[in-house]
Amino acid sequence: MLLILLLLPLVGAAVVASMAGNQRAAKLTAFAFAIVELVLTAVAWFAYSVADAEAGTRFQLELAVDWIPAFGTRFALGVDGIALVMIALTAVLVPIVLGFSWEEKLPAGRTVSGLMALILATQGLLVGVFAATDVFLFYVFFEAMLIPMYFLIGRFGGPRRQYAAVKFFLYSLLGGLIMLASVIGLFVVSGQRLGQGTFSWGELQQLAATLPESTQIWLFLGFFVAFAIKAPLVPFHTWLPDAGQQAPVGAGVLLVGVLDKVGTFGFLRYCLPLFPLASQRLAPLVLVLAVIGILYAGMVAIGQKDLKRFVPYTSIAHFGFIALGIFAFSTQAFAGSTLYMVNHGISTGLLFIVIGLLIVRGGSTLVADYGGVHKVAPLLAGTFLVAVLASLALPGTNSFVSEFLVLIGSFPREPVFTILATVGIIVAALYVLWLYQRTMQGPLRGTAVLGAAGGPGTVIDPVAAAEKGRTSFTDLGKREIAVLTPLIVLIILLGFFPGPVLDVINPSVQSTLTEVGLVDPVGATR
Amino acid sequence: MTELPEIGAATGVASLAWLLFVLPALGALVLFVLGRRADRWGHWLGVLTVVASFVVGLLIFIETTGLPEDQRTRELSLFEWIGVGGLHVDFGLRLDPLSLTFVLLITGVGSLIHIYSTGYMSHDPGRRRFFAQLNLFVAAMLVLVLGNNFVMLYLGWEGVGLASYLLIGFYQARPAAATAAKKAFVMNRVGDVGLAIAIFLLWTNLGTIQYSEVFARAGELSTPVLVTVTIMLLLGACGKSGQFPLQAWLPDAMEGPTPVSALIHAATMVTAGVYLIARANPLYNLTETGRLIVALIGVITLTLGAIIGCAKDDIKKVLAYSTVSQIGYMILAVGLGPAGYALGITHLLTHGFFKAGLFLGAGSIMHAMNDTVDMRHYGGLFKYMKITSVTFLLGYLALIGIPPFAGYFSKDAIIEAAFDAGGWQGWVFGGFATLAAGLTAFYMTRLVCMTFFGEERWRNVTSEDGREYHPHESPSSMTVPMILLAVGSVAAGFVLTNGHLLADWLVPSLGELQEAEPGTGALPHSVIPWLVLGCTVLGALLAYVFVGRRPTPVEQPQEVSWPVRAVRNDLYTNAINEALFEKPGLALTSAFVATDDRGVDGVVNGTGSLLTGSSGLLRRLQTGFVRSYALSMLGGSVLVVAALLVVRFS
Repeated sequence: MLLILLLLPLVGAAVVASMAGNQRAAKLTAFAFAIVELVLTAVAWFAYSVADAEAGTRFQLELAVDWIPAFGTRFALGVDGIALVMIALTAVLVPIVLGFSWEEKLPAGRTVSGLMALILATQGLLVGVFAATDVFLFYVFFEAMLIPMYFLIGRFGGPRRQYAAVKFFLYSLLGGLIMLASVIGLFVVSGQRLGQGTFSWGELQQLAATLPESTQIWLFLGFFVAFAIKAPLVPFHTWLPDAGQQAPVGAGVLLVGVLDKVGTFGFLRYCLPLFPLASQRLAPLVLVLAVIGILYAGMVAIGQKDLKRFVPYTSIAHFGFIALGIFAFSTQAFAGSTLYMVNHGISTGLLFIVIGLLIVRGGSTLVADYGGVHKVAPLLAGTFLVAVLASLALPGTNSFVSEFLVLIGSFPREPVFTILATVGIIVAALYVLWLYQRTMQGPLRGTAVLGAAGGPGTVIDPVAAAEKGRTSFTDLGKREIAVLTPLIVLIILLGFFPGPVLDVINPSVQSTLTEVGLVDPVGATR
Repeated sequence: MTELPEIGAATGVASLAWLLFVLPALGALVLFVLGRRADRWGHWLGVLTVVASFVVGLLIFIETTGLPEDQRTRELSLFEWIGVGGLHVDFGLRLDPLSLTFVLLITGVGSLIHIYSTGYMSHDPGRRRFFAQLNLFVAAMLVLVLGNNFVMLYLGWEGVGLASYLLIGFYQARPAAATAAKKAFVMNRVGDVGLAIAIFLLWTNLGTIQYSEVFARAGELSTPVLVTVTIMLLLGACGKSGQFPLQAWLPDAMEGPTPVSALIHAATMVTAGVYLIARANPLYNLTETGRLIVALIGVITLTLGAIIGCAKDDIKKVLAYSTVSQIGYMILAVGLGPAGYALGITHLLTHGFFKAGLFLGAGSIMHAMNDTVDMRHYGGLFKYMKITSVTFLLGYLALIGIPPFAGYFSKDAIIEAAFDAGGWQGWVFGGFATLAAGLTAFYMTRLVCMTFFGEERWRNVTSEDGREYHPHESPSSMTVPMILLAVGSVAAGFVLTNGHLLADWLVPSLGELQEAEPGTGALPHSVIPWLVLGCTVLGALLAYVFVGRRPTPVEQPQEVSWPVRAVRNDLYTNAINEALFEKPGLALTSAFVATDDRGVDGVVNGTGSLLTGSSGLLRRLQTGFVRSYALSMLGGSVLVVAALLVVRFS
């Protein structure tokens, strides 16, 4: 099952790439592959047994074949609830991203089918990252998924795409290498302890408890730095605004929505269970970074002048919440962080896409070039509002449930950090509402909305402008509505009914907490 | 400590309680989704859903009054909203006298204002959007008061915040409206942080966020935790209810359409803070310190609001500061504990009637006066708008507390209870509350004189858009709700307080109303009404002498003494906010942006170049991708060996 989920998009990528001559057929093929993948993911979702997970089965839908016996590494796949929801998130986002990219304006010489092929390739590798239960296999996918994303940014991106792509690549590579050191370290240590080295996650987890704290700390740091770069925590974050700004919107959605979550997923799957003592010892350090991320990145987001840099900075703040929850060690906080990864993928996906639609129309990424858009494109403005409200975690949207769980779950152990993080919700209100006010409200203004005739800072009576046809700014079209609707529905639906997703997540976060060797600080005796 | 009620399951009509908020929520959803297709009939759907919700509320209310007192608290669990580990957040409702009282207020006044709005917004191209947002507000407000746990409360709490944000910013093209909306939301979020922290503290210390369990086990909380929780809840209340120091957003919120000011920013949403403290009474009962802080905030706010109201020329701003001040009275009342909870709720209800009526009156005047809010352009309107004038004057009498109008019963009761607080508190609370009653009479009499009587100043000026004024009475869709609210302004006080009707009904939620022993208060009860009435009459007379009998200049005089200037500038509260938070915040933001663009990036780029040797490798990475990758792998293995050595040696 998982192997199919992994291979199908990769095959799709190859097929689509070979069809560059017929763009229409290639696009439809890409979309068809994404839909089949979504359906199969739904099958996997229902095949996953929550009851078994509660009974203690760590991974399901498993598959393992010998790969490189000399190193004791196996091609081993399997999912727990956390990995499953991430795979599902990817499967939901990819068709939407493809739908958005349908008529994407690309740099000269690039085709949409090429973009789509790379997106599908990224999807396949992401499935591998989430489903790997062999540490070495995980490392391979972790590095391999850089490649399609590097090309997505470097070939299909904005004017400074080369710079952004290389920066992205170097940061990720550096993190990956440091992690490789730890991966090999794990193998060596397991060899010393067990006589025969292993990369199996399950065996290494068993071994973990017996390792001395100092060894754990070194190995932990290798993984941690890689993950802290991937889901950027301040100060490892500066590659993301550049990558997000230069990436084509569809790739940006996948990058910020899913690929970055591999970092926080890694915290939960690798840092905590494999190095429980180190995780607890170094938690204060991570929490400091997390809270700095929430407040600092939030404040930097307030001052952003570029729409496409704005989203990455809000995401860095959100990653702070996720990291806070992971290093606060309670089932509520863990489940909150996991759900946060899913919800942030959906809400940031929507925000990124809406901003993409705005830029397609206005031809500018600068905030100052927009103003009063609600007058000419009320649907677009309304969708933008839904996206920013989800971003500030308004109750009734999906993000509230996850942010609330993170905060209430973190408070018992870490009241001070949690209070500081809670102050972050004021900062969030400021950055999203100020952006909304500047771009959507007020009188029509800005060159992007009014055309060159408007000139910077010109204010034009909207009625007169509309009558004279001075603005060609149009509201959402049918394809665009079709792309946005599923995300809006999910935002509201998961805001009120997160139950089905939480049910899948809960047993796995309970296992993770047990593996760390802790129990819930509050309400454990139920 | 008061006895907590037994909680039964909701049966009969009460099992349909979910309809209360689902109906208006559906209305909002349909209007948002259908968009322009619903433009023609959308407002009627808005009215219909709220009226239907009122009917459901009324049926549940009648059913509940038929039950014995100890069975009037019932719960209805709809589904589990959030459940992880030991945390279970129910999407559940609590139907008890307190929540049902609010249900009737919200849907009753809400229905009237929806009907009024069909007239008021008849020429507005955004009418459908307006009704969608107003429906959303009613739904969220009902969730706020009906929830049976603190997280449901929070859902409604931020939900009404959203509706308020949307409606304040309804005239989106006006920058002032957009700014006011954002200010309201952000200041509310400051309060929300307090509410959130209170919830976290309760969870950490009690392992539950369900009202029934929290209240039953409140005694287990240590004093510092208890006091912190009550202060944090108060912070939330201050944000939502425009209380000091978070009051500055409420006057700005008058940028919204006037029916919104009446419903959200006078009668219902801004009283949510009073609801919160009354609802959490089992917590406040346990801490005198917590109650004292609540009462002090109430006293500061009621005085501040009344003073600033005296110098405003914008009719809606006067009413807004009056609201700030009157909610101050309610907060003072609930801060008095068991002696005041029911009094606070009583004043909340009467205020809901007369202040909504006053705002609708103001809207009717604006409707007739080209949307002008500057009272200096008014004058002598009584002759032209008889129904508006009479209903407004009834509301005026109710607000300043002339017997037998509503405010007399509800406000005097609070002032009496304040004098009874004992010790210095009695004198301070009672003294300021009495003084503010005089100020209330002053600013309201000034408003009435400038608007309805005196010279017809509008004959000599034009409105801002250059049109001449032609005052006329409003259509019946607007006057009928005003008349109904005026009836409430006249009768509600007497009906609700006669024989402690409301206080007795609220006993299962708030406990018995405890009155002080005669002779223990700062002043005897036989004296206080006369004292308050004397202050009121004096205030009204002063306003009549200084404003009513003198000609009012059309332009605001600029050569005024410093106290007047200070009051006109909201006692510099906005300037203080700006100097303390806005300016430093913006400076910090710019500094951070600069740091992030150059500093952090520079350092990292620098180390990056150091690590990779030169920027030449950067270029080679782009071209010789695979080879460089392999090379880096080699570099990686060096790191591995280094790491292993470290592990070996440690």
